[in-house]
Amino acid sequence: MNFAVHVGLPHFLLLSAVLFAIGLFGLMTKRGIIPALMSIELMLNSVNINLVAFNRYMPMQDYAGQLMAVFAIAVGACEVAVGVALAFRIYSDRKTVNIDDLNSMKG
Amino acid sequence: MAGIFYALAGVAVLSALGVVLMRNVVHSALMLTASFIGVGCLYIYMDASFMGAVQFLVYGGAVAILIVMAVMLTRRPDMAHSNPSRGIISQIGAAIVAGIFCCVMAFVALLSPFRVSLADGQILGDSVTGIADLMLAKYVLPFEVAAVLLLIAMIGAIILAKRNPKEADEL
Repeated sequence: MNFAVHVGLPHFLLLSAVLFAIGLFGLMTKRGIIPALMSIELMLNSVNINLVAFNRYMPMQDYAGQLMAVFAIAVGACEVAVGVALAFRIYSDRKTVNIDDLNSMKG
Repeated sequence: MAGIFYALAGVAVLSALGVVLMRNVVHSALMLTASFIGVGCLYIYMDASFMGAVQFLVYGGAVAILIVMAVMLTRRPDMAHSNPSRGIISQIGAAIVAGIFCCVMAFVALLSPFRVSLADGQILGDSVTGIADLMLAKYVLPFEVAAVLLLIAMIGAIILAKRNPKEADEL
């Protein structure tokens, strides 16, 4: 009962694990490029929750965890921009967004 | 207080489930936006107000819009089923793998003896000031490199997505 009422670090770690697992499931099952990018964003979000939760709930001297999360958000935004540009290119060249069809280098 | 956490966590998790389970990719994009908003509210719940603002601005305001634009420009004729999944065997395998990962992480998270900070409000002061003190003094090199990375990504995305004028005439 105490665990359910006082929200602490394990709650956020559990939430982050569930979000990461959902993103992992999405990345492994989805066939389109854009849904795969969405699942990657879910995973990045879960990691950022972990960083900020550790910074909040453990005795820390500074805000290094939140700073790491800011940098992770910046890198994630760059990656989504490049991924979306690649999706445009693939769509305009091959008229498909199905990643199973991109197998011309298959041996 | 705990009820707010469970409500926000429920929004984030249910929206994430909607992202991976819905068959219409536009619905998936909207559920992704809802998940981002839920996570941003969780940051504010954790007294990380700057992180919450950054999450709303960057993820809800830029990444979500970018994904919706990508959906618009890679449109399929049948939008109602434009988010296909692989076969049922792949789905079951992926669910098993994700479930095993989640169980291992939950085991670690619940049974590790973390040294918990008993201070309810953060004794470190304002988070914006704290992050700025770190970012511009000790971590100034990653800050500058992140700026260069953003510039490179912007240039790269423009070059990748731009259509060759010759190709545009031939289409």
